[in-house]
Amino acid sequence: MENIQKIIQDKILVLDGAMGTMIQQYKFTEEDYRGEQFKDFKISVKGNNDMLSITQPEAIKEIHKKYLEAGADIIETNTFSSTTIAMADYEMEDYVYELNYQSAKIAKEVADEFTAKNPDKPRFVAGSIGPTNRTASMSPDVNDPGFRAVTFEDLRVAYKQQAEALIDGGVDVLLVETVFDTLNAKAALFAIEEIKAERNIDIPIMLSGTITDASGRTLSGQTAEAFLISVSHIPLLSVGFNCALGASQLTPHLEVLAQKSDLGISAHPNAGLPNAFGEYDETPEMMANQIKEYLDKNLINIIGGCCGTTPAHIKAIADMVKDYKPRVVTSC
Amino acid sequence: MNKEKKYLRLSGLEPLVITPESNFINVGERTNVAGSRKFLRLIKEEKFDEALAIARHQVDGGAQIIDINMDDGLLDGKEAMVRFMNLIAAEPDIARVPIMIDSSKWEIIEAGLQVAQGKCVVNSISLKEGEANFIVQAKKIKMYGAAIIVMAFDEVGQADNYDRRIEIAKRSYDVLVDKVGFPSEDIIFDLNIFPVATGMDEHKRNAIDFIEATRWVRENLPNVNVSGGVSNVSFSFRGNDAVREAMHSVFLYHAIKAGMNIGIVNPTMLEVYDEIPKDLLERVEDVILDRREDATERLLDFAESVISTTKERKVDLSWREKPLQDRITHSLVKGLDEYIIEDIETARLEAEKPIQVIEGNLMIGMNVVGDLFGSGKMFLPQVVKSARVMKKAVAYLLPFIELDKDGANQSNGKILLATVKGDVHDIGKNIVGVVLGCNNYDIVDLGVMVAPEKIIQAAKDQNVDAIGLSGLITPSLDEMVYLAKEMERQNFEVPLLIGGATTSKAHTAVKIDPQYKNAVVHVHDASRAVTVVGDLLNKRTNQKYISDIKADYVKVREGFENRSNNKEYVSLSDARKNKFKIDWNSTEIKAPNFIGTQVFEEFDLTKLVDYIDWSPFFRTWELAGKFPAILTDEVVGEAASNLFKDAKIMLAKVLDEKLLTAKAVFGIFPANTVNDDDIEIYADAERNKVNVQFVTLRQQAKKKDGIPNIALADFVAPKQTGINDYMGAFCVSTGFGTAELAAEFEKDHDDYNSIMIKALADRLAEAFAEYLHKKVRKEYWGYANAENLSNEELIKEDYKGIRPAPGYPACPDHTEKWTIWDLLSVKETIGVELTDSLAMWPAASVSGYYFGNEKAKYFGLGKITEEQVKDFAVRKNMDLETAKKWLNPNLV
Repeated sequence: MENIQKIIQDKILVLDGAMGTMIQQYKFTEEDYRGEQFKDFKISVKGNNDMLSITQPEAIKEIHKKYLEAGADIIETNTFSSTTIAMADYEMEDYVYELNYQSAKIAKEVADEFTAKNPDKPRFVAGSIGPTNRTASMSPDVNDPGFRAVTFEDLRVAYKQQAEALIDGGVDVLLVETVFDTLNAKAALFAIEEIKAERNIDIPIMLSGTITDASGRTLSGQTAEAFLISVSHIPLLSVGFNCALGASQLTPHLEVLAQKSDLGISAHPNAGLPNAFGEYDETPEMMANQIKEYLDKNLINIIGGCCGTTPAHIKAIADMVKDYKPRVVTSC
Repeated sequence: MNKEKKYLRLSGLEPLVITPESNFINVGERTNVAGSRKFLRLIKEEKFDEALAIARHQVDGGAQIIDINMDDGLLDGKEAMVRFMNLIAAEPDIARVPIMIDSSKWEIIEAGLQVAQGKCVVNSISLKEGEANFIVQAKKIKMYGAAIIVMAFDEVGQADNYDRRIEIAKRSYDVLVDKVGFPSEDIIFDLNIFPVATGMDEHKRNAIDFIEATRWVRENLPNVNVSGGVSNVSFSFRGNDAVREAMHSVFLYHAIKAGMNIGIVNPTMLEVYDEIPKDLLERVEDVILDRREDATERLLDFAESVISTTKERKVDLSWREKPLQDRITHSLVKGLDEYIIEDIETARLEAEKPIQVIEGNLMIGMNVVGDLFGSGKMFLPQVVKSARVMKKAVAYLLPFIELDKDGANQSNGKILLATVKGDVHDIGKNIVGVVLGCNNYDIVDLGVMVAPEKIIQAAKDQNVDAIGLSGLITPSLDEMVYLAKEMERQNFEVPLLIGGATTSKAHTAVKIDPQYKNAVVHVHDASRAVTVVGDLLNKRTNQKYISDIKADYVKVREGFENRSNNKEYVSLSDARKNKFKIDWNSTEIKAPNFIGTQVFEEFDLTKLVDYIDWSPFFRTWELAGKFPAILTDEVVGEAASNLFKDAKIMLAKVLDEKLLTAKAVFGIFPANTVNDDDIEIYADAERNKVNVQFVTLRQQAKKKDGIPNIALADFVAPKQTGINDYMGAFCVSTGFGTAELAAEFEKDHDDYNSIMIKALADRLAEAFAEYLHKKVRKEYWGYANAENLSNEELIKEDYKGIRPAPGYPACPDHTEKWTIWDLLSVKETIGVELTDSLAMWPAASVSGYYFGNEKAKYFGLGKITEEQVKDFAVRKNMDLETAKKWLNPNLV
């Protein structure tokens, strides 16, 4: 199989869309979430989507398949929250290795199936590494701005555990995503560098930040360029933004990255901004239309969707990007 | 990964990229316990707030990086570093710059790296403890992502001459680049600045060796940077600041030329190189550059004669020495009016014709202002001040121009501006007038509440080049639509500009643009007015510009139609079934302490000052940001601070001289909801006699399960429950006197203060509404007598109960004001009147309802269907056409 570093030079790669949005459609009950393995688990686990890789693997595979059928080149593992830190909410810290390993394994199985069917379009699995639910640069206590609920060391340990399990499960790429606090991301990158050195391996890393609002900054306050500089010490396959905003609102921030960096640029925006009910209602056509602007401006190498996007969105995007050349990448 | 070149790139919340074009990068050095006794004391005493103030002061003073050092025997340096850096992370005005983590202890450096999201500088590592250790540390730093300062230090000791400096630098560079793979651009060498003129021969070359070594390093070690602590060089002249300042300047002058690009310098200990007296300069250069055997002695001798004068802080009037045009430009850019008449008179005497002073001198200055404004280097309040100076100058020249009749001013065009019929808000319109006026457009300002016929007539009579309409209240939108229709019917060709708070690109595109086949442009804010008008009137290119806008609006319309077709609405009866439910048996209803109406004739304005929400005040001036953070904002902070200062001066004057009069009337009454959506207000305690009836509107958008379709009536107990409920209404105004004051200012060509007084009156009216609501909650009604909220919480509306105002999202129906006016006899008691479009006059007035239920909350009505409008017309006893006219903006 050709390596992704090379392919990204030749074509725009399509990343998959939302996992959560798809899972919602199954309307799983508490019992479904628990499955056999966790049927006597001590607390309620409904809503812990990551565990479905263990308890409802067929559903997760089906979602992966739908995205691959829609034309995705890269699918993300169902592991956004599979760190000890984020799993603490469900008291499932002890299962972190299994969660990541299983998620990676089933994603890889499906991806390999599709690659085998059409070797000209190799499919890749990106191990999704979310931001956790804690932030290392900000205090959760307004009265004590110097307090931190999580340290760099906590994050480094947790991310290392997650990344090792994802690699063991067979992922092709690691995707550190939805970075709202650059310091969290730096801990993840630090952990991955440690693994690379210890195992003497190389694995491509995609990094994707989140610009949370019209201020054009990350939640932890950095501008797009400051964010880029802060993560520039680690070799990356791509840098980009995802979530929080719709495609058109992301454009100016992607332009900053494209202007200031020689890396691959990725984007997986939401299907617009949430409406008054918290739903995303941009249609595939609307979203593809906005993404056309990225293509016309030659801004990107990897494109997909975040909250509210479905296989139909990914199909609309995949159909469109075929006709475009990727941004020229000189660094990988 | 860096696109352009291998430049040192650092970051805090914002980037710092150091390129060959960058000026010398100044590192703030006061947050260093080794260098500042005060900082050390504050850290020891855990006075972190004051310690942060020092950091902030450094950044405000221009430090582009701040050095933090906690190395002190009596401190837990690691703990102090982490604590202080975490606190800095919570201060965006400090955290915007990168941090230099300064320690001789590795564990402190690493702890610092673990709490910085940005890319820092580590200060410092060296070969002092051998290559192995150096490599380990450099590798770690690379994984954390930071630049490093490398000291010229090795196993043997510190480099103290030229050869040793370059030897260690070269060796360090090779290890870092070849063995560690450290990016060469992230290396900063500190080549050791040592004192000169110590009297010891071996120190003579300290400065020059540093300078020469710097030159060698920059020429031979690609991409690296050179830094150093400058004050060391003058160590032997402690106590003689005049000499020290000169030494620092001379040293930097030569070191920067050699390639030193970063340094720790105390900016107050620096003389301007060109201003060092010649004789002192010569002696200092002799010492720094080691040019004479007896250099030290000569400087020492001379130093005794140099009295270290403390620099006087006075208003800098050096600009008065400059040529005439520079002075005029300076006055305009700075908004200074003290000297403008004097300079204009000089210009007039020099000019052939007085008009040339306007066309020449003043326009040159105003073009500078325009360029600065256009490029974001000046802000609106400053531009309005510039305009004030301009107007003053023009007013002075006018009589001379009159005498000299044949000089006609070449104007860029004539623009008609008006606030439409029924609307009294003119702050934005006036700002547009000023900004366009500054750009040499003639402004025909018809004022407020201008009937469409009058606009049309004036446009014809004056042969204007464009018409600009402004409005703040929603009925004004329909007036604009009407005017566009009229312009079409009467075959107008001039462009129509639309602006004001309720206007939007969407409304302009969907409702106004289709009415008029010539150009219609929504102008988002005043600063855009100049470019828009310029583009519209540029004969060569305007056709393309106009067709582009037309095409864009067609797209907006299509998008809008697609979207609105997607929305689902429920029938009025279904919406009523899904009303907001309050359990009337358990909810607490407090019988008011006071029932009836009360009037305040001349309320004491000073009581309102604490209730002012300043953020909207800055928005009026198009400065974005929250108060008080806006005052220290990097971009608009200075403009905002100056504006705030002027506002406070004006406010003090208003209060002292009682220039404005505040009046209010409010009432609390027995009330019950009837027929789901109406609220009966009773004239008697027995609730037999209905005084007035408020008619509320209900949300009709289809909601998700469990989400109600709300109407304000849901917050009052229905009559059939038999529960006695209450509601209130109010009107406050602080606008009496505003118009007269504004007219006064305008007479003096002082638009700045004219806008200022109106903006302040608006804020006072809002503050009055807030104050009165609090009084009602805590005393008159008294349902929240235990409430104790800060002003901030008030602004955030953290209190119980609401005071929605007709015309705003929960109740967009302006005609309810008639009912309030009727109920409270507003016009008779306090004299606030309603215009045809139901705007309040004076403009700085607020009216609304009081709902006291704990469940009451603000919401937006959204769109409603024709079914509800028909129902509403019947309940209001209004014909359907009239009802539609008033509710038009909310119709599906």
